[in-house]
Amino acid sequence: MKPLQNLVEKVKPHFEKGGRFEKFYRSFEAFETFLLVPGNVTTRGSHIRDAMDMKRTMVHVIIALVPVLLFGMWNVGYQHFKAIGVEAEFIDQFVYGLIKVLPIVIVSYAAGLAIEFIFASIRDHEVNEGFLVSGMLIPLIIPASTPLWMVAVATIFAVIIGKEVFGGTGMNILNPALLARAFLFFAYPSYLSGEVWIAGTAEQLDGVSGATPLAVLAIGEGDMPSAMEMFLGTIPGSIGETSTVAILLGAIVLVVTGVGSLRIMLSVVAGGLLMGGILNLVAVNEFMEIPPYYHLIMGGFAFGTVYMATDPVSASQTGVGKYIYGLLIGVLTVLIRVVNPAYPEGMMLAILFMNVFAPLIDHYVVQSHIKKRMQRMEKIPAKA
Amino acid sequence: MSQVIKIKKGLDIRLQGEAEKILETAPRSEVYALKPPDFHGLFPKMMVKEGEKVKAGTPLFFDKYNEKVLFTAPVSGIYKELVRGAKRRILEVNITPDAETDHLDFKIGSLGDMDRQEIVDKMLQSGLWPMVHQRPYSVIANPEDKPKAIFVSGFNTAPLAPDFDFIIKGQEDHFQKGLDALARLTDGDVHLSIDAENTRSNALQNAKGVKVHQFSGPHPAGNVGIQIHHIDPVDKGDIVWYVDFQDVIIIGRFFEKGIYDPSKIIALTGSEVLNPRYYRVITGAKISDITRDNIRQEKEVNKRFISGDVLTGDKVDPNGFLGFYDNQVTVIPEGDKPEFMGWLIPSPEKFSVSRTFFSFLMPWKKYRINTNIRSGERPFVITGIYEKVLPMEIMPMQLIKSIMINDIDMMEKLGIYEVAPEDFALCEFVCPSKIEMQTIIREGLDTMQREFS
Repeated sequence: MKPLQNLVEKVKPHFEKGGRFEKFYRSFEAFETFLLVPGNVTTRGSHIRDAMDMKRTMVHVIIALVPVLLFGMWNVGYQHFKAIGVEAEFIDQFVYGLIKVLPIVIVSYAAGLAIEFIFASIRDHEVNEGFLVSGMLIPLIIPASTPLWMVAVATIFAVIIGKEVFGGTGMNILNPALLARAFLFFAYPSYLSGEVWIAGTAEQLDGVSGATPLAVLAIGEGDMPSAMEMFLGTIPGSIGETSTVAILLGAIVLVVTGVGSLRIMLSVVAGGLLMGGILNLVAVNEFMEIPPYYHLIMGGFAFGTVYMATDPVSASQTGVGKYIYGLLIGVLTVLIRVVNPAYPEGMMLAILFMNVFAPLIDHYVVQSHIKKRMQRMEKIPAKA
Repeated sequence: MSQVIKIKKGLDIRLQGEAEKILETAPRSEVYALKPPDFHGLFPKMMVKEGEKVKAGTPLFFDKYNEKVLFTAPVSGIYKELVRGAKRRILEVNITPDAETDHLDFKIGSLGDMDRQEIVDKMLQSGLWPMVHQRPYSVIANPEDKPKAIFVSGFNTAPLAPDFDFIIKGQEDHFQKGLDALARLTDGDVHLSIDAENTRSNALQNAKGVKVHQFSGPHPAGNVGIQIHHIDPVDKGDIVWYVDFQDVIIIGRFFEKGIYDPSKIIALTGSEVLNPRYYRVITGAKISDITRDNIRQEKEVNKRFISGDVLTGDKVDPNGFLGFYDNQVTVIPEGDKPEFMGWLIPSPEKFSVSRTFFSFLMPWKKYRINTNIRSGERPFVITGIYEKVLPMEIMPMQLIKSIMINDIDMMEKLGIYEVAPEDFALCEFVCPSKIEMQTIIREGLDTMQREFS
């Protein structure tokens, strides 16, 4: 690795103070630390440090997203050829999806990282790794038919308003990726509902029902796919959200490596099943009658549970708080889906809603912790 | 004997270079040093002049803010010089030793005939007092206070820590005598904690006049702060004292012989040491006396010398001196070389508490960890990992954040009186954001102390 190191050393002076590209120092540094972990040593406190760092944490989320991304690409192609009624090979389907999805990923990363680099330079701190994950999440939660400029606008909005105005990675209240989707959902509703779920059909064909299962249930017309189809993910939907199987693979990666919180995932599922079960008991319409587990495999429930609700910054930060936070996300999602027909996809709104309430939950958990400490103090009798 | 207190949270960092149970006597150093920075918050005022002859036990300086607390020479000889650092801060007080140590006689009678104040006074005069610490604030105890209890940890769980069972051999009487002296300083109990599985020494298991508690579990089970928390926690208004295990022996020796003789047994440890073993030294000895010709020679690897353990010790120069409180010297490689894509490659040589490296699959493997930080500092992102290595009813992240925003009320409510920087050393080690938690805790303690004094 000597030549690479030499190269870095050679160009470094240009970016340091007084150099030609002084303004780009933080950008340079981001690439430098990406290629070479710098030889910075501890000066205070513990002399040795765990080998884990932010980059590695984030890259494990990306690894966990790979099955979802690959399946999503294939499914985009599969849905397209199915809709236009053409028999296609697996490879054709995948390549079609790749061509549709890859530009969205690139635009999302380019737009978001540009903002991150600019803010890192202005604030003079190292470029944080948070967007490495957000940049991959954004493409996976929107339909493949979303125009690229819209992806860029939503990403920029999410990074600036969702993250940077609060102080950057680690300080944000809302999940930036979900904020991007919410922005699109409310700013350009026609692009995120209705006949948008199958890429490359709208102009060519009339009367192709590309409705997601949630839309089918909400409107009450169209064909419901089977539970197995929904579990495997061969249904219309946002790029990454359809396949529960692929999401489960990612969940295994997150849980085994300890990067994602199992606590949150399980409590979201429990909340969803609980609310689904209650509604099922008092069912008065078709949507309420579906078995509770349908909620887990429909729409963005699984994806949100595994990748969105577990975002450590916007989630509850206390142990007990995570259970409450997760449970309420599950309950709210099902409630929004079933009771509010205007928003068939409740996951996004439920998570954003609970993001806002997470600090409040934490506040009460901390207060109860303090109360417990006070009681301990009173129990020990008669202090001098 | 009491019930075993089981510590479940924590982490044993498995390092190479554990000391073999062989005891050698270190050669006499050409210079000994007392280092004021070893004592947090100390503002030294010199009491001797350069070139003056001192005996072991002669006061060298006192604390400007607590004039009764004296710091005395570990050996007899000539006070050679002051070594100053930035802003003329005194870093070292150097003494050229005589060939044979001449001890000042403190004329100690029988411990039973002395009252509490006499014992305190003798300890203050002889330079033993700085060995007594207090919580809250984790500083040298105030001799005017009366603590509700005194704690001694009879085992150490830090990485490569010395084995107290080995050290105490032949010094059992001094240890007991030291405990007897401490028992006179409090109306409450003296609590001695031992390792439920590994402590075998009879002098520890059946120490007299104290309450013996058994602990089991990973580091930091051996930290006195963790033990205090589980035995008799510190709340607002409480004061407890604690004394290091070897310092109890030195205190016992004082009350036995009437001399200040701070000789102790330290472990030389770490992956870069050829023959890690135990050495008998005098406090303030030169580290090079025991590391000379005993360090792995590789041109491309720089070494870090640490007085203390890898989590809480102080970085010292290879020609530097042993710290006042330290029972071990650790030598590990410096991590000052860049590494290509080091954050990505899952090298089996890397140790991590997270399961993103292979170390969790190899619980038997011992590691050679260097001093690389591996990342720049980041804001808090990951939650829930700090709690796993802090076996206290304390919310570590919330406490750290309250210190960062200087919220005194919140610090107090979240239990800052109970903690010391060393209790957060593991939190600092595991932190993926590389936040310097021990420094932050110390700042918080300083703030609280300023606020209430």
